[in-house]
Amino acid sequence: MPTLTYVMAINQALHQMMEADDSVFLMGQGVKSPWYVGNAANGLLDRFGPDRVIDTPVSENAVTGAGVGTALAGMRPIVVHPRMDFMFYAFDPIINQAANWYYMNGGRLSAPVVVWGIINRGGEQAAQHSQALHATFAHVPGLKVVMPASPHDAKGLMIAAIQDDNPVVFIDDRWLHGIEGEVPAEPYAVPLGRAAVRREGSDVTITALSYMTHLALQAAEELAAEGISAEVLDLRSVKPMDRAAVLASVNKTGRLLVCDPGWQSFGASAEVAALVAEEGCAGLKAPVRRLALPDLPAPASGPLEKAYYPVAGDVAQAVRQLVQSQS
Amino acid sequence: MTSAPGKDRLYVMQYPRDLLLDLHRRMLAIRLCEESLVEPILDGSIRCPVHLCSGQEAVAVGVCAALRQDDYVMGNHRSHGHFLAKGGRMEALVAEVFGKEGGCSRGRGGSMHLIDPSVGMLGSAPIVSGTISLALGAALAGKIRGDQRVAVSFFGDGATGEGVLYESLNFAALMHLPMLFVCENNLYATHMPIGDCRPACALSDIARPFGMESVCVEGNDVLAVLAVAQEAVAACREGRGPVFIEASTYRLRGHVGPDDNIQGTHTDIRPPEELARWRENDPITTFEARLVAEGAASDEELARMRGEVGREVEAAHAFAAQSPHPPAEELAAHLFKHD
Repeated sequence: MPTLTYVMAINQALHQMMEADDSVFLMGQGVKSPWYVGNAANGLLDRFGPDRVIDTPVSENAVTGAGVGTALAGMRPIVVHPRMDFMFYAFDPIINQAANWYYMNGGRLSAPVVVWGIINRGGEQAAQHSQALHATFAHVPGLKVVMPASPHDAKGLMIAAIQDDNPVVFIDDRWLHGIEGEVPAEPYAVPLGRAAVRREGSDVTITALSYMTHLALQAAEELAAEGISAEVLDLRSVKPMDRAAVLASVNKTGRLLVCDPGWQSFGASAEVAALVAEEGCAGLKAPVRRLALPDLPAPASGPLEKAYYPVAGDVAQAVRQLVQSQS
Repeated sequence: MTSAPGKDRLYVMQYPRDLLLDLHRRMLAIRLCEESLVEPILDGSIRCPVHLCSGQEAVAVGVCAALRQDDYVMGNHRSHGHFLAKGGRMEALVAEVFGKEGGCSRGRGGSMHLIDPSVGMLGSAPIVSGTISLALGAALAGKIRGDQRVAVSFFGDGATGEGVLYESLNFAALMHLPMLFVCENNLYATHMPIGDCRPACALSDIARPFGMESVCVEGNDVLAVLAVAQEAVAACREGRGPVFIEASTYRLRGHVGPDDNIQGTHTDIRPPEELARWRENDPITTFEARLVAEGAASDEELARMRGEVGREVEAAHAFAAQSPHPPAEELAAHLFKHD
């Protein structure tokens, strides 16, 4: 099986989908420039031309709204935001309009738009160049939200998002772009709303999303040497969430650590914990734990930044405490 | 493109009689439908907020008469007229306002969410300026496909305070999109006179810095609106779009509901003499007078037409009355397509 980096897997998905379907097109800031979207759009402009690869002025609200409008008019747009932070300007078209449209008109017309936001953090970029907003979007009825962790899923979830007849928020993390993995050459879809067990284990379940999945896998490796068997469940889809997969794993292991790449309070980790509290408590051997970002804006200065973002050791430490504690 | 002030009235007889009568009929349908909602609003049988467009019919009818059925239209909170003028079915509109399953949005949207994709009405929504960028996208879709379709965004003077309008003007001009920005200037953003919203009132000037063709038209003269819209649509089809049209008009009813003074918390602060002046300039009665004066139609014909349209309105209400409410067990339906 061919090996690709995460970013080139996205690129391959875009090439294959634009080739297969004339209604698919890409627009957003910097699609002509690798500096913005990190090679994800390589070769698209030359191959499909400026009508279908549209580098836009800096107008997140109008450009995202235009994307939604093309979807209402029968196209399948992908609107990219090189930094998720910029998407706050596009909340009206995403939330008020796209998410509500189909319900609001009784199922007459949906907006099959992919809004692609990149978490672009670290490097002392501070609070407005760092945010992970998946929970904010997942809170809204009518939106689907995906966060692939592997090159395989980056391609498959991008294809599924493009094919879906509803608005989908696709979120990647620049820290993942260089990760390599096996990616089938042919087009394929990873179904939305399906988690994947990345590592089997019996003592504890670690659910994770996006970059946190890699930290969880590193931690599981570390813990295995200590005789702790951790199961790593990559949710892949924030919404719909694969509730059955979470419950099945927790019922097997009896312990849960929820890892989330966003802020802790009122976030995606709370939804996983609440699910287990509501439906999976019976077999719990210890209280549910969470590991997410502190409820703080991201700092700039290196040492503060280092303290802000969890590493694999933090995941391993949380698991040790979980395994030692008793319900 | 030139403006078409009222003094330069277009001669009625330049137009085919069928077109004239069709324009009149469409305006009349909107007016009689709107007025038929007044009583049910006041007696509480219509509960959703209804922003009547009585007085503004000529803008919707004049613009939509210049369009093909497959051209796109998007509206705002005051879009009954846009929906009907584009070819939406009256019974589907009335049923929607009553919250019925037979409504154009199956009772899920109400008065502010009107849609009929089969006639190019892609929807309406009340977030001020919110559908401007969506119409921008519909125009972009037309450009990408090269299918010669034009998209129209209807918005009010209040929307000129929103940043996304300017973003959209820039984007549309930059991409030469086949789009009509139609600003219905009824002089008030809910309660606020346009003069209190902006340092200068010439709304048609706002698109000029983007290099866009702009025109100001008397929005209560359906022929003037039609002439300007036809020219604008032709420009768009030839790749010379977008075009900005400011249509001056006036609402004869409340901002929301029939009369702000007796309804809810609003008060109509508009000077009575101003309202009286605009009543004199009613787009429908003035057009009727012209049709008769210039021999395009007789009083009898017009009375007959009024009767026919009145019966259409009654039929629409009858349809709405017999249409069921959406059942509570279908609360969760239509969240996602194909799920």
